[in-house]
Amino acid sequence: MALAHEKTTDLPAIAMEPFDRRHFLDALLAVGFTSTAAAIAYPVARYLVPPASGEPATESAVAGRASALKPNSAAIFKFGSRPGIVVRTADGEVRAFSAVCTHLDCTVQFKSDTSQLWCACHNGTYDLAGNVVSGPPPRGLEKFAVNTRGEGDDAEIVVSRT
Amino acid sequence: MSVMEWVDERLDLTAVRHFVAEKGVPVHAQKVWYYLGGMTLFLFGVQIFTGILLLLYYRPSSAEAYESVQFIVTQVQFGWLIRNIHSWSANLLIGLAFAHFFSVFFLKSYRKPRELTWVTGALLLFLMLGFGFSGYLLPWNELSFFATKVGTGIAGAVPIVGHFTLRLLRGGDDVTGATLSRFYGLHVAILPALTTALVAAHLLFVQQQGMSVPISVEQRLEPGERLPQMKFFPNYILRDVLAWYVVIAVLAALAAFYPWELGTKADPFAVVPPGIRPEWYFLATFHTLKMIPSHILGFEGERIGVVGFGLVAAFLVFVPFLDRRALRGQRSPAFTAIAVLGLVYFITFTIVGHFAK
Repeated sequence: MALAHEKTTDLPAIAMEPFDRRHFLDALLAVGFTSTAAAIAYPVARYLVPPASGEPATESAVAGRASALKPNSAAIFKFGSRPGIVVRTADGEVRAFSAVCTHLDCTVQFKSDTSQLWCACHNGTYDLAGNVVSGPPPRGLEKFAVNTRGEGDDAEIVVSRT
Repeated sequence: MSVMEWVDERLDLTAVRHFVAEKGVPVHAQKVWYYLGGMTLFLFGVQIFTGILLLLYYRPSSAEAYESVQFIVTQVQFGWLIRNIHSWSANLLIGLAFAHFFSVFFLKSYRKPRELTWVTGALLLFLMLGFGFSGYLLPWNELSFFATKVGTGIAGAVPIVGHFTLRLLRGGDDVTGATLSRFYGLHVAILPALTTALVAAHLLFVQQQGMSVPISVEQRLEPGERLPQMKFFPNYILRDVLAWYVVIAVLAALAAFYPWELGTKADPFAVVPPGIRPEWYFLATFHTLKMIPSHILGFEGERIGVVGFGLVAAFLVFVPFLDRRALRGQRSPAFTAIAVLGLVYFITFTIVGHFAK
């Protein structure tokens, strides 16, 4: 009978081996520490993500007085929080583009000698239709619609997203 | 090969391994006080962590400071949590630092050879008060604006260097955006640098010398008898961690259920609202200065008060060198009495100051 008794105590002991007190407590601690770390990491990760900007997307902006813009020249204006560029071509036509280079977000400028838009960062050039002529920009500049408001010398150039 | 072995092969961690294996904490009836320093240090870690997070959105200018804190607590996800934890943790930290300070005072743990540990600790306590004072202004709200006017005005009462100190603190004659810039620099650069150096020294001394045993426990030991020791790793550190968990729980509950108010934006031309008072840890000092008569023996009362507090601060730093009996390992009831009086004064005046009109 003694033998049978020993057998019944032996069997569960073998089955329980990985669940002894030490392993159990280690597992408990590990779960506890991991949960704490997760409970801290989650709000911190969310905190690091900047909230969506409350600024509404700009649809149109005034780019200055039409009379101030001489032929074959350009001016930078604020289109919301980003720069835009308004160009008067040699034959007097007014065109407007986003001044943000499509390559790495530098601000482009007008080159009066070549009548091109040029980005000083990586030597990208665009023609006066906003298309890429040379350099690294992957696509043309965003083109805006141009209208004038008012009469004579006080007429303003109004630029809007098409 | 484990990471430890890899590092060991290159840097020889024998000394560290010995330290870890041998470090022990004496076991006796008063060992509960040993937890306070660790808890304070833990909260300091919380302050660094949440402080860095707040820096991502905070803007230190009189035009934008208030709005940026408002943005943090209303727009940024969990921004309210980070800001509330930072505010509450600051207060708990100062409370625990005071508790740590008084417990060490009562146990006379400052006696030889731990004088320098005490001196660095006392200086750290003052630095924590500096953190509290400078951080209070940063949200640029009405309450903190006027409290800073009063606080820096008190610094102006210091004899001889008062006016200079006032201008140095304010960055001009008045509390303006220039003051905010200074307090910001103080709060996020100068004070953290000083604190890091002092905390490093403080901890190094504690590790070097081990824990102090109270005189009463020491006297009860038979000659040659040693107190039982608890291993620091892992036995004691796990208890430390447990204490930190309690701190986290309290902090999280306070931050969630008692959000820290932002108040209204500071307006230098507004009438001072009633009930301008500093944070609770300055209330005892503040109320004492209010109670001193305007003139004592022909001297300005405020000036005497400020000099008095300066002397008290100096006394506290030099306690280990003044308590000759504790230095010889004898009980020193006079200093116990001073500590009791100090504690009673601090608590009473804080409460009275809180309810005073």
